[in-house]
Amino acid sequence: MALEKPYTDVPGTTIFDADMSRKGYHLNQFCMSLMTAENRAKFKENERAYIDQWPMTEEQKQGVLTRDYNRMIAAGGNIYFLAKIFSTDGISFQDAASTMTGMSVDEYKLMMLNGGRSIEGNRYKENNNG
Amino acid sequence: MARITAGVTTSHVPAIGVALDNGKSTDDYWRPVFAGYEFSKEWIRSEKPDVIILVYNDHASAFSLDFIPTFAIGVGESYEPADEGWGRRPVPTVQGHPELAWHITQSVIQSDFDLTMVNRMDVDHGLTVPLSLMFGQPAAWPCKVIPFAVNVVQYPPPSGRRCYELGKALRQAVESFDQDLNVQIWGTGGMSHQLQGPRAGLINAEFDNRFLDRLIDDADALSRVPHIDYVREAGSEGIELVMWLIMRGALDDKVNCRHRFYHVPASNTAVGHLVLENTSNRR
Repeated sequence: MALEKPYTDVPGTTIFDADMSRKGYHLNQFCMSLMTAENRAKFKENERAYIDQWPMTEEQKQGVLTRDYNRMIAAGGNIYFLAKIFSTDGISFQDAASTMTGMSVDEYKLMMLNGGRSIEGNRYKENNNG
Repeated sequence: MARITAGVTTSHVPAIGVALDNGKSTDDYWRPVFAGYEFSKEWIRSEKPDVIILVYNDHASAFSLDFIPTFAIGVGESYEPADEGWGRRPVPTVQGHPELAWHITQSVIQSDFDLTMVNRMDVDHGLTVPLSLMFGQPAAWPCKVIPFAVNVVQYPPPSGRRCYELGKALRQAVESFDQDLNVQIWGTGGMSHQLQGPRAGLINAEFDNRFLDRLIDDADALSRVPHIDYVREAGSEGIELVMWLIMRGALDDKVNCRHRFYHVPASNTAVGHLVLENTSNRR
């Protein structure tokens, strides 16, 4: 019997479930390595050589190198693991989140100041074509 | 006898810690957030808890994908703030209470909640930001803390119902400890927020305020809300709110709400905060 996934109709959202976790295992474990200053320095010095130490897919590696967080999430990345990458870059959670929305950093910040993204039209994929 | 006298809930947004650590708490953006905790800081100075059971989630800091405990209790002597990718927060070492923690562990496991026991782990913003909000910037935290970590990162997280019932088991455990201790329980995380994907930035103030209402007066029914409702209505990271139900389960059915605060935004997140006193157990 397949695992039940009642959350697949939520727009613009990836739930980090068993399938995503299996897919993203090495990507996420690479992210954990960035929790020491020494490894962050090594990563910054030569990103490609550093990530080649993990058996990630090329798609995952390209996601990391281009800092495309949606691409990394689609490849099994979880945002709390990926946070180690943008923290290494000195980028805030808000600025990193904005890059996933198609909005500029300033537009996103303004949306948050105005109360955030509305729930209206964002509950089901069929409402927002997402 | 040890007794649970009060509960506190609060969001644990990492940017709040960054703002405080970098002297930005009086900036226009942050002032309203910290103002919401002024009452609580006064209150806790007079309450003087001996121990806080601090329910939080680890954000891939102590627990990678190597192993993922659903419920983990810190039974160690002390815990250092984690390096989450930008260095350790400049906050005091967290002092545990191993004797009470082990007592709780035995009692709760024998009440059918199978906890993971952790002697050594670093604690991330999920635990240290609530301490900062409630105690400011002391040289040492003024009480002992028992970290209680809940998995809400890897699906599936525990249900709200399971969390609420675990809270009841925690209360029984505390009340069977024979030292005279003033114990608080805190539930942290939330409120509505989504940190990932095209729907990032989602806030649902109506859901959040209804959740606050029901946590105070209708917690038993609230605990039956399923995972999908949190995700759909409060964002993928809004599921952290199930941790508030552990706190609530450990309190009396009727509580005295001393303080309530809600503010949008702190970074990507709606900040919610309650101070709830037990009606029994107080002197």
